[in-house]
Amino acid sequence: MWLPVAIFLAVCATVILIRLFLGPTPPDRLVGLDTLNTIVVASMVILGMAFNEVIYIDVAIVYALLSFVTTLFIAKYIEKGKF
Amino acid sequence: MILNVITYICIAIGCFFNMMAAIGLHRFPDVYTRLHAGTKCTTFGSIFLIVAVVIQSVNVWVAEGVSSPQSILTLHAVIALVAILLTNPTSAHAIGRAAHRSGVKPARAVVDDLEKEKT
Repeated sequence: MWLPVAIFLAVCATVILIRLFLGPTPPDRLVGLDTLNTIVVASMVILGMAFNEVIYIDVAIVYALLSFVTTLFIAKYIEKGKF
Repeated sequence: MILNVITYICIAIGCFFNMMAAIGLHRFPDVYTRLHAGTKCTTFGSIFLIVAVVIQSVNVWVAEGVSSPQSILTLHAVIALVAILLTNPTSAHAIGRAAHRSGVKPARAVVDDLEKEKT
């Protein structure tokens, strides 16, 4: 029941990766990265339910918070041109 | 039985909106409309996917008794949902502001209030 959902999310993530490589401007790539982060968090929760492992969901929580910090720092870098 | 039906409906809505986000990133013309597709659709879809996980997990938890290890999985899935809900709109706002200040203009905008405010 859960594994097809995870495979579908992996296909979505692959389609978003194409935008991440193509994106003409740096903010385009950042939008792709932010979308990809959310998809990865959702698929980690799905995989944790599929294999009945709590540690995957803990990894998803930490990944969500760290990717938020990463996105804020890259946005600040794009805004000013320096840190 | 009815819980399985609700779970399948939640999974269908979540997969549909995540697919819409992936397609919208390729169909829209500039950064701001892509931001519109990329962040809102994935937040909505991920809410429904994690709610589906929580429903099934609570079902197992109730069947196994109060002190089952399934309770940890349920509570941590709820915490992951709260983390997504708090962080995703904030980062979308930061990306939009940074894109406008770095000089990327909207493709077919008629009114640009942020530009008017700056001058």
